[in-house]
Amino acid sequence: MNNYLKDYLLYLADTSLILSQRNSEWCGHGPILEQDIAITNISLDLLGQSRNFYQYAATLIGDNATEDTLAYLRTEREFKNCLIAEQPKGDWAQTILRQFFLSAYQYLVYEKLQAYNNEQLAAIAAKALKEVTYHLRWSSEWVIRLGDGTEESRQRMLQATNELWRYTGEFFITVDYEKEMNIDVADLKIEWMKTVRAIFEEATLPIPDNTFMQTGGKKGIHTENLGFILAEMQYLQRTFPGANW
Amino acid sequence: MLNFLPMLDNNKNKILSILEAVCDPEIPVLSILDMGIVRDVKFDNALLADGGIEVSITPTYTGCPAMDMIAVNIKLALLENGFKNVRINLVLSPAWTTDWMSEDGKIKLKKYGIAAPDKKNTIPKDGVECPQCNSNNTRLISEFGSTACKALYQCVACEEPFDYFKCH
Repeated sequence: MNNYLKDYLLYLADTSLILSQRNSEWCGHGPILEQDIAITNISLDLLGQSRNFYQYAATLIGDNATEDTLAYLRTEREFKNCLIAEQPKGDWAQTILRQFFLSAYQYLVYEKLQAYNNEQLAAIAAKALKEVTYHLRWSSEWVIRLGDGTEESRQRMLQATNELWRYTGEFFITVDYEKEMNIDVADLKIEWMKTVRAIFEEATLPIPDNTFMQTGGKKGIHTENLGFILAEMQYLQRTFPGANW
Repeated sequence: MLNFLPMLDNNKNKILSILEAVCDPEIPVLSILDMGIVRDVKFDNALLADGGIEVSITPTYTGCPAMDMIAVNIKLALLENGFKNVRINLVLSPAWTTDWMSEDGKIKLKKYGIAAPDKKNTIPKDGVECPQCNSNNTRLISEFGSTACKALYQCVACEEPFDYFKCH
């Protein structure tokens, strides 16, 4: 049980951490000051959530594992984040749409987990849910604003949808560690589609047809993008092991 | 909201006054008691064999960078006042809510220029009372503000921008 729980915690932590890292690339580069602050605030929330999951995972792993060793000293194949989190930040439309897709998904996952039969996991999820609710509202409003905005913003949202839709399929594929924990994510698809459909309709954006879905992130098989993030994120600890300030 | 295990009143008062003096580093007018961050204090020789003290705190937002500093400041304040074996315990459940902020804290917030949390789980588009001129003719500028716990508003009447401590 603990082994599957450990993998599941790492999957949740990695998805939040990598998305946080990607969003933080906007720091100082946001389209306007308020939104620069918004996206970096979301980054901070996600980083906090990942820390909670890593800290819990570290206690299960033992062997001197800490939240830091888990974030900084694991390799690409050991990361279990959803593929969508590691994709480049792209333009503002792509960042917004990725946030919306993932927030809508995290909302459903944490909502279920807050009643899960594991006190610590349920507590972390309940706490995260409050923050994710906020992220979902903010990103939904932006999807509507851009989709139903100018010709330019609409075009960019269509491009972003085309780019990111293929990474949403793996949200709903239950992998082995989820199965062992009696978590069936296939069930979440209906609710997720409901949210996406409602917001896309308001944004006057079409829902893509069923297309090929890129999968593997949850099992540690990633796109080439993850290696570059890890190289940047882990550089300091790899170069100066144990560096501290 | 603060849950003290049975202990002598003079100890309890002493501990309370020490904790009252520990501030939120990002909103220095509020003590950690006003914020509702302190959830429990255990100080009882029978329960803690080492004669120590254990303070349980809960984070406002999971990524709040002030939490580590608050934990260190609580520890220092208690050590300076002669307590030994001070432990800080981080609890996540139940999740912190602005409902735990004291009424006194809300008044202090307003005096400091930050509008206090109002309706539960909402981020009003307008109508938040301006902490400067008390007008309700205000508008939301951004759902995210200078820290994780605040949103940015502007008063239409006096034109001053101000922070709103958002409901959570």
